Amino acid sequence: MSQEYYSEDHEYIRVEGDIATIGITNHAQEQLGDVVYAEVPEVGRKVSVGEAAAVVESVKAASEVYAPVSGEVTEANSELDGNPALVNEDAEGAAWFFKVRLADKSELNKLMSREQYDKFVAENS
Amino acid sequence: MAETSAVAEDLELKHTPLHARHVDLGAKMVPFAGYSMPVQYPLGVLKEHNWTREKAGLFDVSHMGIAYLRAADGKHETAAAALESLVPADILNLKPGRQRYTQLVNDSGGIIDDLMVARSADPDHAGWLYLVVNASRKDVDYAHMNSRLSGDVELMPFDGFTLVALQGPDAINVIAKHDPAAHELPFMGTAPLKIAGHDIHATRSGYTGEDGFELPLPNEHAAAIWDELLSDERVEAIGLGARDSLRLEAGLCLYGHDIDETTSPVEAGLTWSIQKRRREGGGFPGAERIQREITNGPARKRIGIKPEGRAPAREGTIIQDAGGNQIGSVTSGGFGPTAGGPVAMGYVASSHAAAGTEIALLVRGKPMPATVAEMPFAPHRYKRG
Repeated sequence: MSQEYYSEDHEYIRVEGDIATIGITNHAQEQLGDVVYAEVPEVGRKVSVGEAAAVVESVKAASEVYAPVSGEVTEANSELDGNPALVNEDAEGAAWFFKVRLADKSELNKLMSREQYDKFVAENS
Repeated sequence: MAETSAVAEDLELKHTPLHARHVDLGAKMVPFAGYSMPVQYPLGVLKEHNWTREKAGLFDVSHMGIAYLRAADGKHETAAAALESLVPADILNLKPGRQRYTQLVNDSGGIIDDLMVARSADPDHAGWLYLVVNASRKDVDYAHMNSRLSGDVELMPFDGFTLVALQGPDAINVIAKHDPAAHELPFMGTAPLKIAGHDIHATRSGYTGEDGFELPLPNEHAAAIWDELLSDERVEAIGLGARDSLRLEAGLCLYGHDIDETTSPVEAGLTWSIQKRRREGGGFPGAERIQREITNGPARKRIGIKPEGRAPAREGTIIQDAGGNQIGSVTSGGFGPTAGGPVAMGYVASSHAAAGTEIALLVRGKPMPATVAEMPFAPHRYKRG
């Protein structure tokens, strides 16, 4: 059973056991426009919450994807390098960016539920 | 991820006469040069870029400045001499029905703005020159020109036209359907064409590298003519996002980025726009520096850059040589859909400007390999002759 959390930086975090799958939300890809480049972190890298962990670029601008939780990168999505458009097509599914082994599960308490995130997006649009 | 910019708060921004059309089409509006402008429509930047290269893209560029320079004595020579005191191009020998690209230069030989200058073939317009300047610079340009020009000419900014551009291989087919005389108009020519029943002083030119037309539409008919052009299935509305990626691939400068008050036309690779008579004769501001650079070569040069790999290198990126020394910086960069990868322009010390030179780009703190590349990144397809 997986649990889903969301950050104010428009990342989603899907947790199963102590592995979290992280990507950007559909709202984020809509705001970005056509994605032309995506860079994922190296497997084995240790990320701290709030640290820039990945990059997603639209035609016009580059954006950082921040680590919403701390941990060690266990997997990085190799699809994105050759097919950055996947982020626009399936941001919350096939276009996940990376997975981490959670260092501190209590960090999840600082994140939002889907309902809270949807409300956050509506309030800030 | 970092928050991208929200929809423009356009209460203080100016609107072009086509603003409501863009909003109705679902465009994402952003501030640009004090105007609320469409950066993209629902099609998106990539598809808009590709559409323009394959069919015909319609752009609202009416935020740009249109002005007439009029000789009091009604003679072309008078207007030309006045403009030649401010630009390095040969305006005297600009033929009726022709247009030229040039720059307003400052006393240090730097560029105040780049612009198009056209001379009508209509004898009733003898002594008139038609100028199109950048939106972000029009106030600076007019103030500069007025401070330098004397009473034998008058600068008349004109806001009665809504300038639009139709660009792409199908542009000629779309326009010729309205007026077959479009076929006779060569690249950089200007002539009146009848579009949707109105006489439009068209130029065959643009900012995409493609064949196309720039059409100053009378304001009161602009929306109707825009609708008429857009009703053609070969035409799509194109925003500023794609306008930028198209001109970048075409190797064309964007004022304030690739050219500015510190860059001379020679450094910028625009010597081709300074005709021989003026290269030799001077008589424009900054001529000393410009002529010296033409003779001895400039210290730095604008280059095309092709990053290896897929990561774009954006404006401001430091350029290094193989030894890690800074040799320049990127002035425009992004993704080139037609080129199929990242493309950029920048300036480097002339010693490193030859095509094929290996350079490094400092992206996110890491040097990424790149090569100095010939421009354009997508071939120009102007209809010359």
